[in-house]
Amino acid sequence: MAELLVADGLNKAFGPTPALDGASISIDAGEIVAVMGPSGSGKSTLLHCLAGIVRPDSGQVRYEGREVTAMPDRERSALRRRQFGFVFQFGQLVPELTCLENVALPLRMERVRRRAAEQRAMEWLERLEVTDVAGKRPGEVSGGQGQRVAVARALVTNPRVIFADEPTGALDSLNGERVMRLLTQSARESHAAVVLVTHEARVASYSDREVVVRDGRVRDLTGARRG
Amino acid sequence: MVYTPWCTVLGMSIGQTFLGLLESSPRHGYDLKRAYDERFGRTRPLPYGQVYATLSRLLKSGLVEVDSVEPGEGPERKRYAITEAGVTDVDRWLSQAEKPEPYLQSVLYTKVVLALLTDRPAADLLDTQTAEHLRLMRELTRRKDGGDLAEQLICDHALFHLEADLRWLELTAARLDELAREVRSHG
Amino acid sequence: MAIAGGRDGWTRALLAAIAMGIGVPALLTAAAVPAALDPRQNRVDPRRPASLGDIPAAANTLLIGQQFEAAFRDQTVYAVLVRPEGPDAPLPPGVARLPQPGEVVVSPALRDLLASKDADLFAPRLGGARVIGTIGPAGLTGPRELAYYLGSDQLQPGQAERVTAIGSTNTVEFSPVLALLIVVISVVLLLPIAVLIGTAVRFGGERRDRRLAALRLVGADQRMTRRVAAGEALGTALLSLVAGVLFFLLGRQVVPLFTLWDISLYARDLRPNPLLAGTVALAVPVLAVTVTMVSMRGVVIEPLGVTRRAGTTRRRLWWRLILPVLGLAVLYPLFGDIRSSTVDNRYQIAAGAILLLFGAVALLPWVIDLVVRRIRGGAVPWQLAIRRLQQDSATSARMVNGVAVAVAGTIGLQMLFAGVEGDFRTDTGADPSRADVMVQSSGVDGRELPVRLRAVPGVTAVSSILGTTAANADQPHRFTFVFVADCAALAEALVLERCTDGDVFVSKPGSGTHGESYVAAPGDRLLLGTDKQLAWTVPAGTREVPSRRDPGGFNRDMGLFVTPGAVDVSRFGPLEAWMSLRTDPGDRDALERVRNAAATVDQRALVYRLSRTDEANRFVNVRRGLYIGAVVTLLLVGASLLVGLMEHLRERRRLLAILVAMGTRRGTLLWSVVWQTVVPVVLGLVLAVGFGLALGAVLLRLVTVPITVNWAVVGLSVALAAAVMALVTLLSLPPLWRLTRPDGLRTE
Repeated sequence: MAELLVADGLNKAFGPTPALDGASISIDAGEIVAVMGPSGSGKSTLLHCLAGIVRPDSGQVRYEGREVTAMPDRERSALRRRQFGFVFQFGQLVPELTCLENVALPLRMERVRRRAAEQRAMEWLERLEVTDVAGKRPGEVSGGQGQRVAVARALVTNPRVIFADEPTGALDSLNGERVMRLLTQSARESHAAVVLVTHEARVASYSDREVVVRDGRVRDLTGARRG
Repeated sequence: MVYTPWCTVLGMSIGQTFLGLLESSPRHGYDLKRAYDERFGRTRPLPYGQVYATLSRLLKSGLVEVDSVEPGEGPERKRYAITEAGVTDVDRWLSQAEKPEPYLQSVLYTKVVLALLTDRPAADLLDTQTAEHLRLMRELTRRKDGGDLAEQLICDHALFHLEADLRWLELTAARLDELAREVRSHG
Repeated sequence: MAIAGGRDGWTRALLAAIAMGIGVPALLTAAAVPAALDPRQNRVDPRRPASLGDIPAAANTLLIGQQFEAAFRDQTVYAVLVRPEGPDAPLPPGVARLPQPGEVVVSPALRDLLASKDADLFAPRLGGARVIGTIGPAGLTGPRELAYYLGSDQLQPGQAERVTAIGSTNTVEFSPVLALLIVVISVVLLLPIAVLIGTAVRFGGERRDRRLAALRLVGADQRMTRRVAAGEALGTALLSLVAGVLFFLLGRQVVPLFTLWDISLYARDLRPNPLLAGTVALAVPVLAVTVTMVSMRGVVIEPLGVTRRAGTTRRRLWWRLILPVLGLAVLYPLFGDIRSSTVDNRYQIAAGAILLLFGAVALLPWVIDLVVRRIRGGAVPWQLAIRRLQQDSATSARMVNGVAVAVAGTIGLQMLFAGVEGDFRTDTGADPSRADVMVQSSGVDGRELPVRLRAVPGVTAVSSILGTTAANADQPHRFTFVFVADCAALAEALVLERCTDGDVFVSKPGSGTHGESYVAAPGDRLLLGTDKQLAWTVPAGTREVPSRRDPGGFNRDMGLFVTPGAVDVSRFGPLEAWMSLRTDPGDRDALERVRNAAATVDQRALVYRLSRTDEANRFVNVRRGLYIGAVVTLLLVGASLLVGLMEHLRERRRLLAILVAMGTRRGTLLWSVVWQTVVPVVLGLVLAVGFGLALGAVLLRLVTVPITVNWAVVGLSVALAAAVMALVTLLSLPPLWRLTRPDGLRTE
């Protein structure tokens, strides 16, 4: 499989403390990779760098051979809008918009007409089994429903990569499992790669492969095996 | 799932543990027992009989040899040393992941301590084990996806146990330096 | 004015302190206004000579004459000539020793002026007098006042008062209309500040709610959280009050450095009445606690978070209309002419205006709701903003309340001002297009003055008319005016068809006033000269011509007008002189040089700039005060709006960061913030215009002036408010930029 997203020797420090210290990772198209590690290990920073949200101090990120790290802000924004999808732990839905409008938002930002955008949003709400909350505001739905709405929003633009940062962090096991099952299922169906940042093994077990971030470096567990 | 009884797991690893302990320096059987009890057998001292049975098994398979015999009588006068083959065996044992199973901690703990004692990379050992655990978890998760509720529940049970192991692995990895200092200071 | 995230707690505290710091003294001043406006009030003016009428010169008498129209640039000068007539002459306040001729006592500000590089523009007026001392604070209205007491030997009893004491009662009369104006101004300027204090109290509300939720978690019940919130509000209010008082005390020290509308004040002059100060000190914390309690009404604080009772409650219209209707009801009985009213209605007016203006505050959320509820669709930023407003119109309404009240009040007031302007403006009849400066001299012979003035740099034309009175030789009790001027100057005062040197003209008043006055006719013999010894016969060729207003607005409709060729002017005695000057409009100091030149000839010469109308000083001051007050109020309201906006942005920090992470264009977020501010501001302004016009109409009914709307004033008020809002939005952009950085994604 082709390498879709590659990071090479990323360094990033916030103040005096390095968050990433020469981290490298490669993600193939359609692959689900779990990024694990203790809290503060730099997993989220790695995700932010990979997604082009944060520019690393040094090192390179390449997406489909294009150097993301060299792109101007506007171009990276467009990339994130069109090629990437995001699911965060909480607080990502715009509280004033209904769930349906939230899901339609990325399409509307790409100038899709409202009616068409909301129709597609509705299809995604169906796939994520949350059609009943379409007209509700995020404040009125449960955590699990909210996260499924967020997954629908991440997938609605048919992105090539989904970045999920502790998507089940605020959920109980059952709801977490459901979100993970639907997230990975939908990603596989639409051939999207997933970068899944989590510190929970059970969440990571939905992936095809795990890497561990420790002290700002990525350790490929399988690669570390000897003999 | 069928679980292996605890003693068997333990018994299987006493030999390797002895080898690891011998790798740092040749010892008398009595020393070995004392070192083992001190580090691994706190709640359950090793019976003498098992010590000598294990040593003779190791002698027979050529993993240890008698280094010297002090004048006098009785098996406790023999001093044992590890052979080349013994070192290789320890190597293989330490680098190989254990089959992820419940109540594995004692074995894993033993392996970590021995790795530290013998200056082998303990972190790698933990990673290897983590990877193996995760591999199994992935398998179980996948199985769960297709299975009925009973199957799902059984898988979940195993998953939760594996997750507990993984937490332990993670915690140990985080405290490896501390553990290394402690192990070494015990000589 | 950059407000960073971490600093906004400070900014909030500072703003609260400013709101209180301005609010508290402003409230104090306002509370003192009704008392200060007591229509008949006797005040002792320590500088006013205690006039005794005609008394003979004695050892304890002083001739004292104030020099009217004295000014330096835009600042009035309190210029007084004194001539002690004996060793016991009274001392003016603040003066240690009376100046003798050739001596002068000056105020500290004038002393500074005389030491500055502008000294040459003023010093000649003192005729080289030696400064023998400065006037103490007791003799000045403020530290920046320009004042002097100049010893003079020219001063004559007819030109000055002869007094034995200085300091007398002065009856200050406020017309009911001026009282109305000041009451309404106080309301209009203070109401936004009251609204502002209300808003400032709510700052940090969400954070407080979260903190209270944490208290619930450790076992506090609902009532306890309320008590804690009240306690906090009280504490904050008290702190802010202290800050406000400090701010006020500090500000008071700065006051003497400024001169506004000819008024400078000593710090000690700003002393609030203790009783009123106590009232304010009590009212502010009570207001703070009340607002806090009201704001918590819609919030349920649970141990694990805060639930806001959803904004689905229908806003009812009827009670919101109570306030303005009540305001109208209060003002209605006053319809008619309050000018003739003898009853004290100041409080009634204030109450009515307050109720009417608060109507705008009450109606605003309803209007925003009404309009926004219907809006659908639109681009993403518009959708985000509208949805936000639909969700919580109260917060947005609160943010623009102050602006709405300020604008409504200003519009209403301006209408009132335009309506009653006529009461305070008199037509001077002057025509500034013909000449811009008038000089009048009557103390000494005026013949030399035009010559001197022509030589002053910056003076481009001088037209002068000299004059005196003459008695009829046969009827010595009948006097007539005789004016001497060349043809060009005469043409300024008479309607002349032709004029050559040697001509004589006469002008007569129109019928009606004719009977009593004496107008010389050809053949009459007049007595002229110092001792009226020069007999002169009015020549037979004297023509009667109509008179016209001269540039200064004088109409000499009675008298003889003689060209120099008709009579030997040199044989006349001292002549008064009226000179109209044209000065170079680019030379702002020309007038000062004219004043100097005039003073060197005649210390008592009157020099003033011509203007078409003359507005009562107090009225002008009041209006200027309003303008400045309105701008300051708007800026304050703008600052509070900015803090509110910052707080809103900070609350959404994480969401903003996530939206940016998703690839949302920053422009989208920026426009959503802009729309979110602009929509309520526009609605608020529309409402404000409505209420302002209503208030103006009602106020005009009070003084029975026909209701006319000055759209320019409405436009200006609205534009000013819009400019402040634009500034606020602009200032919120850099923090928005910062908040949308991905740092916001990191869990705090």
